[in-house]
Amino acid sequence: MLNVKNLHVKVEDKNILNGIDLQVNAGEVHAIMGPNGSGKSTLSNVLAGRDGYEITDGKVTYLAQDLLNMAPDERARAGIFLAFQYPVEIPGVNNMYMLKAAVNARRKQQGLPEVDAMDFLAMVKNRMRELKMDEKYLSRDVNSGFSGGEKKRNEILQMLMLEPQLAILDETDSGLDIDALKVVAEGINALRSPERAIIMVTHYQRLLDYVKPDFVHVLSEGRIVRSGTAELALELEKLGYSWIAEEAAE
Amino acid sequence: MSQNNPSLDALLARDYEHGFVTDIESDRLPNGLNEDIIRAISAKKNEPEFLLQWRLKAFHHWLTMTEPHWSHIYYPPIDYQAVSYYSAPKSKADAPKSLDEVDPELLATYAKLGIPLKEQEMLAGVAVDAVFDSVSVATTFKSKLAEKGIIFCSFSEAVHEYPELIEQYLGSVVPYTDNFYASLNSAVFSDGSFVYIPKGVRCPMELSTYFRINAASTGQFERTLIIADEGSYVSYLEGCTAPKRDENQLHAAVVELIALEKATIKYSTVQNWYPGDKDGKGGIYNFVTKRGDCRGSNSKISWTQVETGSAITWKYPSVVLRGDNSIGEFYSVALTNNRQQADTGTKMIHLGKNTRSTIISKGISAGYGQNTYRGLVKIAKSAVNARNYTQCDSLLMSDKCGAHTFPYIEVKNPTAKVEHEASTSKISEDQLFYLLQRGLTTEDAVSMIVNGFCKQVIRELPMEFAVEAQKLLGISLEGAVG
Ligand SMILES: Nc1ncnc2c1ncn2[C@@H]1O[C@H](COP(=O)(O)OP(=O)(O)OP(=O)(O)O)[C@@H](O)[C@H]1O
Ligand SMILES: [Mg+2]
Repeated sequence: MLNVKNLHVKVEDKNILNGIDLQVNAGEVHAIMGPNGSGKSTLSNVLAGRDGYEITDGKVTYLAQDLLNMAPDERARAGIFLAFQYPVEIPGVNNMYMLKAAVNARRKQQGLPEVDAMDFLAMVKNRMRELKMDEKYLSRDVNSGFSGGEKKRNEILQMLMLEPQLAILDETDSGLDIDALKVVAEGINALRSPERAIIMVTHYQRLLDYVKPDFVHVLSEGRIVRSGTAELALELEKLGYSWIAEEAAE
Repeated sequence: MSQNNPSLDALLARDYEHGFVTDIESDRLPNGLNEDIIRAISAKKNEPEFLLQWRLKAFHHWLTMTEPHWSHIYYPPIDYQAVSYYSAPKSKADAPKSLDEVDPELLATYAKLGIPLKEQEMLAGVAVDAVFDSVSVATTFKSKLAEKGIIFCSFSEAVHEYPELIEQYLGSVVPYTDNFYASLNSAVFSDGSFVYIPKGVRCPMELSTYFRINAASTGQFERTLIIADEGSYVSYLEGCTAPKRDENQLHAAVVELIALEKATIKYSTVQNWYPGDKDGKGGIYNFVTKRGDCRGSNSKISWTQVETGSAITWKYPSVVLRGDNSIGEFYSVALTNNRQQADTGTKMIHLGKNTRSTIISKGISAGYGQNTYRGLVKIAKSAVNARNYTQCDSLLMSDKCGAHTFPYIEVKNPTAKVEHEASTSKISEDQLFYLLQRGLTTEDAVSMIVNGFCKQVIRELPMEFAVEAQKLLGISLEGAVG
């Protein structure tokens, strides 16, 4: 589904990604771990098409398309969803209204008619119940005044409504209390299916206890220095990142 | 924004939609301004002597005045002798008595503008007094309003039918000496709208006027006078468009509102005059004086404006809070793109006790647009316990545009409470990317953010105008209304 080859990315003349190779197939869950500043968010943003990154080398294909040539909104409508590490507040824009516009944008792409208002409402309310979110968040402005954890839940709500092909979750577990983590993990598991793939950026084993990854990758200084199965994350939990970095340096 | 976003620029460069010209023979006075022209205008309209004399006084006063240059706008000098001060569609010479007599081409123009002029379309609940160039073409729903004693007609008609009301109220809010453009208007105004709501009557529908400048190098000088008698209520809508022309056209209107005891007037404007092309060629000079007088106690006047058009906008819809406990409101969105300039704001003059005013101003600047908020809050010595709240926000869409804020506050009574908040921000790349990532097009994403930014103002507009404003701002309705 997603194939990243030798991806090099610069930000303001600084090399951030130094040759990333990553193959993600439908049905798989990949965890990406790594120390602060190693380039995890950069990779997520570049995949989603954010401005301000200079791609100096490499190639990314997504569902047989040249991803790097697609505009960010095209990528989104083609089924790529990014749950942001720091979701932005948009004052004056109603949360439900935005969500509905997003769902309709995706439906339009798929040649489907706009969602019926009543059906939509029923669907959202269902999802919110699953995420133990109060319905009042629908009538609030997008992320405005939401607590850190509420913002993360709102991201997962959007993900569930949009049913993406490829979901990239950038530290969605950070800042969640234990109950919220469970709820969010259930949300992620609900999305898991043979047709979809998920990339989870995380610092913690906790999330991986609930959402078992097929693969774990360790990013360090803009390179994937180690890939393995779920066991790799357990090792990291015990030993930290330094041993990998040392090993990589040898 | 670090770099200009190309899709954002493309969106902002959209063409002016109402730029067609209607081919109608018109009855037009030669260019230039002198006493004879004024006498000719007055004679064409068969006006009573008091009005001619008033025009002449205004003209002689105007001759002693100079154009104001204190505002933050720049334009080449206007040659006031190169303008024709009267242009009427020809068929008006034998005035249309009903819609059937109105030139079909005119009606087609209105249809293109999406104005429901025909009676059957009126069922939507909008009565339209359409001002085409200088004369009022057709007024609908008049009879239905007449049942309640409401007068809604063209200014010229009011001059003949209700001269005593005109004589009593004309110039009582904006005197002919008020300012350069108001004096000019007083001398040469050709038509406009007149509204009178009798005591205790709640006007059952939105009253609406659509202004359109058609003829080349004509100025449009309309005059609106609205009187809300004790305990009455009226909501009035004004929409404006003008065709594309390379030369600049002058529009100098005067609007006077009078609210007597416990009366409420809500006045909404969506202004979409031709803004000129992207290099600043052509476009309307919109120099307008709008003022309301809360003459009675517990009265209320509320201005809402969405200003997206005109090469230059210069207007300060104001409220004189004369009656005790009276309320003045000003809600404004001003959008300037390309080379457009806007210097707009309000004046809230507190004279009565316990008077309250609210000012919410949202300026959006794109391209090379220059947007200035200029507002005066004046609390007179007599205004015990007066309150004002002002909020002034600017949104910048490019690196080359500008936003300026000039709040003037004069407080002569120590019991006053005056609050002022202001902010200026660039359209946020983070917000834009967030919405794009959710699959919205750049156009929809910008709309949504701008809509959010203007929400406090848009929700003050009556429903049908909110739709228009939405179209104009490229914003979508649902998030802002309800
Ligand atoms: N716009 C930018 N300008 C300058 N430096 C940047 C920019 N974006 C990212 N960087 C730098 O790139 C490096 C990688 O950042 P990134 O956000 O991808 O790290 P991360 O792995 O997600 O870290 P964390 O675990 O803290 O979220 C950091 O050193 C960061 O300072
Ligand atoms: Mg990060």
